[in-house]
Amino acid sequence: MMIGLSHYLIVSAILFSIGLVGVLRRRNLLMLFFATEVMLNAVNIAFAAISHYYNDLTGQMFAFFIIAIAASEVAVGLGILIVLYKKYGSLDLDDLASMRG
Amino acid sequence: MYEIVAFYLFSALTIGLFLITVMSKNILYSMTSLAAGMVLISGFFFILGADFLGVVQLVVYVGAVMALYAFAMMFFDATRDIKEKNTNNALVFLLGGLSALVLVLMFAAPIFSESVQALYPMHEGVGNAQDVGIVLFTKYLVPFEVAALMLLVAMIAGIILAGKKMDVSLTEDMGADDEIMIVKDEK
Repeated sequence: MMIGLSHYLIVSAILFSIGLVGVLRRRNLLMLFFATEVMLNAVNIAFAAISHYYNDLTGQMFAFFIIAIAASEVAVGLGILIVLYKKYGSLDLDDLASMRG
Repeated sequence: MYEIVAFYLFSALTIGLFLITVMSKNILYSMTSLAAGMVLISGFFFILGADFLGVVQLVVYVGAVMALYAFAMMFFDATRDIKEKNTNNALVFLLGGLSALVLVLMFAAPIFSESVQALYPMHEGVGNAQDVGIVLFTKYLVPFEVAALMLLVAMIAGIILAGKKMDVSLTEDMGADDEIMIVKDEK
């Protein structure tokens, strides 16, 4: 039995769903960032697997750009987290809710 | 044979580590398991023959991004457990499970892939890094430069956002400040 494309895609789907559960479930902003990292990594696995099985380099290119976007997202996001922590003293989304409707 | 063993080992370990990342109450455990999971994902890339992507994953994700998170942890109190009130856990797991099922069904469905052909095919006898370099610096040169500009903008934004009021202590403990003042007075 050989490892095919669908094996990698199923692992990628499972990891993406783990990240999705994290985004839906967590209330701490730092944990939300970790969950988005999990989702981005899952997509990278799918891109690399498709690139390998179709013998095409485009998937790897997109994975590179995803990594670059994730790095810049982390840099800006952590700056915003530090500003929020200075202002509110907490990273909990329930404490940060300032708009009461 | 080795590929099969490595694939199942890496996938089981990655799923377990990322589950710890998502479920853990402690930020430190969560961050450590995320870093370990990213190392194992670079293992996936090495199995798939994307050597350069694996190295970039190790350098950028495990090296830079996790170091950035570790530096940010100095601002937050990492030893304290996170208290969260989860109002509707069953709904979240139902939605997550359903989306997992839908994604697996979509990916496992037979894809009409006969007409798909490689736009930039890999060359025989050329290393992966050379191949990636040729495509990246010819066909994807403009997105590459735009990505570089975006990283520069993100770096400046991060410095400006994090550098405001750097002299004010975040985990300020009034008692500790008083003690320092007292010690200074005694001298």
